[in-house]
Amino acid sequence: MTVTGPPLIEARGLCVRFGKVAALDGLDLVARPGQVLAILGPNGAGKTTFVRTVATLVPPSGGGLRVRGIDVARDPVAVRREIGLAGQFAAVEPTMTGRENLRMVARLFGHRRKAADAASEAVIGMLGLDEVADRRAGTYSGGQRRRLDLGASLVGAPRLLLLDEPTTGLDPAGRAEVWAAVRSLVAAGTDIVLTTHYLEEADELADQIVVIDHGKAIAAGTAAELKAGIGRDIIEVALAGGEQLGAAAAVLETLTASPAVIDHAGRRVRCQAGGGTAQLSDAIVALDSADIPVEEIALRRATLDEVFLALTGSKKDVPGTKAGSLR
Amino acid sequence: MSQVTAAVSIPAPIARPARPPALSAATAQVAQRALRKYLRTPGLFVMGMVQSALFLFMFRYVFGGAIRAGSAGYAGYLIPGYVATIVLFTGGGIAVAVAEDKAQGLTDRLLSLPISRGALVAGRTLADFTTNGWSVIFTAALGFAFGFRLPATAADGLAALGLCLLYGLVFTVVFIVIGLFAPNAQAAQGISMIAFVLAFISSTYVPPSSMPGWLQPFARYQPVTPMVNAVRSALTGGSHDLAAALIWSAALIVAFTPVAVIRYRRA
Repeated sequence: MTVTGPPLIEARGLCVRFGKVAALDGLDLVARPGQVLAILGPNGAGKTTFVRTVATLVPPSGGGLRVRGIDVARDPVAVRREIGLAGQFAAVEPTMTGRENLRMVARLFGHRRKAADAASEAVIGMLGLDEVADRRAGTYSGGQRRRLDLGASLVGAPRLLLLDEPTTGLDPAGRAEVWAAVRSLVAAGTDIVLTTHYLEEADELADQIVVIDHGKAIAAGTAAELKAGIGRDIIEVALAGGEQLGAAAAVLETLTASPAVIDHAGRRVRCQAGGGTAQLSDAIVALDSADIPVEEIALRRATLDEVFLALTGSKKDVPGTKAGSLR
Repeated sequence: MSQVTAAVSIPAPIARPARPPALSAATAQVAQRALRKYLRTPGLFVMGMVQSALFLFMFRYVFGGAIRAGSAGYAGYLIPGYVATIVLFTGGGIAVAVAEDKAQGLTDRLLSLPISRGALVAGRTLADFTTNGWSVIFTAALGFAFGFRLPATAADGLAALGLCLLYGLVFTVVFIVIGLFAPNAQAAQGISMIAFVLAFISSTYVPPSSMPGWLQPFARYQPVTPMVNAVRSALTGGSHDLAAALIWSAALIVAFTPVAVIRYRRA
């Protein structure tokens, strides 16, 4: 280990209960400085609760949670000086301009007026908000709004940036904007912990990934390690009609030697495939010679649903697979 | 649109603040934000005034002819009560704004910053007291335009206005608490309707003695009636119900302020 000092975040058996519901149920997790950690999980897994607990918005009900060595339950005020929070709701004041928003948050971090102006200016430049800085945030595009939100969490130069689902609800252009911003922060040495339910996002941005479900960590590692555990890519075929789904599944199974999954409602067949694009070409040819009209065919990475399927070995609670039937 | 690759430039170093902000600085920022939102949202600022004027117009000129109350004519009876209770009508906007901040994540952002929870409540109260104060003064001016005349000295008029402003502060805190407990903005709006009940079943519009017997105890003993009576009395230099009005005001502030601070801590 080259990095010394306490971990950025250290959760040991962390529990957070709301009434009878346990949002976090004995979560163990360590985030180290100098790395971007992504917390991956489906909706309701406890991702947001975890971020809110680290941000001192929710008190832990049990277990331990330290941020840079500071016990969150004992000294929340000290923790607040270490963190910047950018939430999934893009918490900026829509009736104030971008610059006004940044100055306000800078003052609330403790900057005096001049320093607040300087910090806002730096963030505007850093996040490419120059052109829109004097427009009201209510007029921003989704991506601009998220970048402003990100900027607001940066004006106090926090040691740890918490991003809760930074791109949820954004279109692809907005997502790319936010990703570019996050990458530049990483390059500048900001430590980041983010949550996401997109495997792709974790893959793009994170050094380390922790997968959580039902308030517990169920897997951890680098993106490569997790993917090796999940297995291969997937060939997905969409047909115009439902009659030949079985025939298409048979063709794919013969080709890949893996079981195919039929989604009757979506008129789709999915199958794990280890042969890359060459196998995709073979599949196209085989389907064509079997006289099966294909509407759409693709070779793609496993989705989070499929990651969960692989990690939990169960279709239970995985959205989108209920319609599928295993042959 | 600029290209994504151009969206980010080399970061300039941002200084780290030496210490968290002082209570006064944090309060000022929180208040400034709430005030800006109010002034820049025409639906809140302009419509609030239009609504105040419309209701006063209707009570004074539509219902007024059919209501016998007070010796100075209905304008002399209605308008002091109307000014004293205007914050019960406009205050719903405070509850809605507080609930919206919570729902949109702005409250979370503020709570994650190194500022005291007291600054959140103080800043919010300062801003909303300012807007409520504006409602009171605007409505009082309207009252004069709609035929109200001071029955005694200007000093008595100012004393009555001072009481109305005090009620503005009292109900600011009450509406903040409503907003903090409401699950969403619509619910905050709905719960705020309770204020209408308090305003109508009181001595504001008609004397409680004209109400059915079973309703009179509520009308007489709920806080708004002594508050309104104290304002009417102050206008003629009297102090009828003044003690009750002040005790109610103090009690409501003392009861609701800690609730607001505690609730913000867990919002």
